[in-house]
Amino acid sequence: MTLATEPPKANFRLGMLIYDTRYRSYTIQIIVLILFLLGVAWLANNTIENLAAKDKDINFGFLWNRAGYDIDQHLVPYTNDSTHFQALLVGLCNTLLVAVIGCFLSTILGVTIGVLRLSKNWLLSRMMTVYIELFRNVPVVLWIILVYAVLSETRPEPKDFKIVDGTSKASMILNDSFAITNRGTNVPSPLLEHPLPRIELGGYSLNLSVLACIFVVAASIWINRILRRRAAATQEATGIRPTTWWKSLLILFVPIIALLFAMGLHWDYPAFKGFNFKGGLNVAHAFTALTVALTLYYASVIAETVRAGIQAISKGQSEAAAALGLRPGRTMNLVILPQALRVIIPPLISQYLSLTKDTSLGLAVSYLDLRGTLGGITLNQTGRELECMTLMMLIYLIISLIISSVMNAYNASVKLKER
Amino acid sequence: MKKSVFFGALAATTVLAGSAFAGTLDDVKARGELICGVNVGLTGFGAPDATGAYVGFDVDLCKAVAAAVLGDAAKVKYVPTTGETRFTALASGEVDVLIRNSTWTFSRDTDLKFDFVAVNYYDGQGFMVKKDLGVSSAKELDGATVCIQTGTTTELNLADFFKSNNITYTPVNVADDSEALRQYDAGACDAYTTDASGLAASRASLASPADHIILPEIISKEPLGPVVRHGDNNWGDIVRWTYYALLTAEEKGVTKANIDQVASSTTDPEIKRLLGLEGDMGAMMGLDKDWSRRAIAVSGNYGEIFEAHIGTSTPIGLARGLNALWTQGGLQYAPPIR
Repeated sequence: MTLATEPPKANFRLGMLIYDTRYRSYTIQIIVLILFLLGVAWLANNTIENLAAKDKDINFGFLWNRAGYDIDQHLVPYTNDSTHFQALLVGLCNTLLVAVIGCFLSTILGVTIGVLRLSKNWLLSRMMTVYIELFRNVPVVLWIILVYAVLSETRPEPKDFKIVDGTSKASMILNDSFAITNRGTNVPSPLLEHPLPRIELGGYSLNLSVLACIFVVAASIWINRILRRRAAATQEATGIRPTTWWKSLLILFVPIIALLFAMGLHWDYPAFKGFNFKGGLNVAHAFTALTVALTLYYASVIAETVRAGIQAISKGQSEAAAALGLRPGRTMNLVILPQALRVIIPPLISQYLSLTKDTSLGLAVSYLDLRGTLGGITLNQTGRELECMTLMMLIYLIISLIISSVMNAYNASVKLKER
Repeated sequence: MKKSVFFGALAATTVLAGSAFAGTLDDVKARGELICGVNVGLTGFGAPDATGAYVGFDVDLCKAVAAAVLGDAAKVKYVPTTGETRFTALASGEVDVLIRNSTWTFSRDTDLKFDFVAVNYYDGQGFMVKKDLGVSSAKELDGATVCIQTGTTTELNLADFFKSNNITYTPVNVADDSEALRQYDAGACDAYTTDASGLAASRASLASPADHIILPEIISKEPLGPVVRHGDNNWGDIVRWTYYALLTAEEKGVTKANIDQVASSTTDPEIKRLLGLEGDMGAMMGLDKDWSRRAIAVSGNYGEIFEAHIGTSTPIGLARGLNALWTQGGLQYAPPIR
C-alpha cells in the first residue's frame, strides 16, 4: 500500500512578493510603473491647473485664422491672407530645404575630406586635419553668423549696381546673369513658354511641369539601372563588359532635354530696377549662410566618421586587393568603402539628425524656418506658447524619427549578411 | 520614455508660469524690489546709458511705480525684453509690469489675458528711409526691402498697408529694434518701419541723423502703454493710478521742483487729494498716504518726463502732438482723483 502524499502546498504569503525571487521583479516593476504614471498624471494635472488659473485653455483653433504677416522665402503658395497652418507649412518646407541640401552637400564634402585626410600626401592630409579641427571645434551658430556677416557686410548694396552714365559701382558676374548684393544672391530663374497646366487639388495647385520633369528623370535613372544590370550579367556570363557609357548618356540626358525644349525653357535674368533686382530668383543671405555654415560644419564631423570607418578596415584587405592587381582607386571603391559603410552609417544617422535639428539655429540670421514661423511670429501674434511649442516639438520629433527609420533601413541593407 | 520627456518639458514650463500669479503687490513688497520689463535698447524710451543704468521715458514710469509701492525709486530690477519675449515674460511672472512701447490691441487684451492699464504714448507706425533713396512717400516704396521687428503689430500693419496700396515688398524679419537698426544702417533694407516715436529715437542714434528721413505717412494707431497680467486688478490699479497721478500733476502744475512748496501752501482740494494731504487714497489700494507724492518726486510730472527724454530739446525731438494734455488739444486725460 502506498501512501499518497500530496506535495506540500505553498501558501501564498504577502511577504513572498519581496522575499521570493519568483515574484520580486514583478513587484518592483509594478511599483515603478505606478510611480511613473503618478508622476505623469501629476505633471499633466499641474499643466491643466496652471492654465486654468491663468484663464487659458489648450486650443489649436488659431491655426485656421488668418496669419496676416509676410514671408519672403516660400516654396508653397503663401500670402498674408493665408492661415497660420499654411505659414507652418512654409516654415516646415524651409526647414526641410536646408536640411536636405545640407545633408547632401555635407556628405559629399565630408566623404571627400575624410578620404583625403588619410592620403599619403603630407600637405593634403595636414590641410584636411586643420580644416576638421577648425570647423568642428567652434560652435556652429558662430559659423552661421560669420558667413552671414561676411556676405552682408562685404558685398555692395543693390543700388551700386545701378548703371549711371554707362558705368556702375559694382558689376554682375558670369555674363551679367548673377548678382551678389548685401541682401541676397540674384540668380536667373527658369521659365517655361508652354508649361503644362496646374492641377487644383483641395486649395493647393500642383505644378504639373515640375512633376513631369521629376517623373522623366526618375524613369531615366531606372532604365539606366536596368541597362547596367544587363551589362553586368553579360560580363558575368562572357567575361566581356559591353560598352554602355554612350547609351547611359543618351538615356539619362536626352529625354529631359527634349521635355524642357518642348515646354520652351528659357531663363529670366535678374536686372536692377527701382530699389532692388527684379526678375530672376533672389536667394536671401539668411538661407545661404545657414546652408553653407551647416554644410561646412557637418562636413568636418562626417569626415571624422568616414576616417574612423576606413581605419576600422584591416590593412590586409587593401594589401590583398593590391596583390590581385586592383588600382588604389578601385580598391577604395570596391573593397574598402563597402565594408567601411557598415561602421560609418550608424554615427552618420545621428549627424543627419543633428543637422536637421540645427537648422533651427537659423533664428540667429532671421531665417524663417519652422521655428521662425510657427515658433516665432505665429507664437507671438497669437500668444499660444504652449500649443506652438508642443506642435513644433512634435514636428521635429516626427522628422527625426522618419530620418532615423530611413537610415536604419539603409543600414540594414548594407550590413554584413550572415548566411 | 519619449512621452515622459515631452510631458516633463510641458509641465516644467507651466510650473514656472504658475508660481508668481496672484497678489503681485504682496510679492513686490515681500521681495522689496519691482521687476520691470523694459526695451532691450530704444534710446529715449528705455535703454542703458553709459554707466549701464536704464534711463528713458518708460523707465521713469517704472521708477514712479517703485517709489509709490516701495518708497524707493532705485528698487527696480530692469529686465530687457524683445518684441518676441515680452509677453511671455509678463505672462510667466518673470516681470511684474511691462512698460515697453507695447501696443494695446483687442487680442492682447482679451486672448493673451493682459490688461493695458493706460496709454502713456499715443503713437502710429511710420517709415524711415535714407535720404539718397529719393523717396518722399511710403506709397513709392514698391519693391523695397523693409526691415521689421517680429512679433509686433507693426508687422501686420505693414502687410496690410502694402496690400491696400497694391504694392509689393520684401520683408526682413528681425528680433529687436537694435538689430533692425543695424541691418537698416548696413543697407540690408531700404526702409525701416516701426512706431513713429521709435523711428525718431532710432534716427537720433544713427551716425548722421540728417541723412535719414521719416516719411509723412502714419499707417496705424499705436496706443502704447504699461501692461499687467489680467486678473490681478489691484496691481493694475496701482500702475494705472501712478500714471494718472503723474498726468494730474502736470495738469495742476505740480513739478519735481515745487512739489514740497505746493504741498505746504496749496488750497486746491484736488491737489490736496493728489498729494495725500486730504483723505486716504493710498489705503484704498493697499498703499500708504504719500504714494503719489513719492511717485511725482522721482522725475517730476508727465510733461517733465516727456521733455527730459524725448521732447523737442532732446536729440530725439518729438513734439507733444497727441500726447499733450487734453487742456492743450491732446489726448492725455486723467480721470479725477477722488
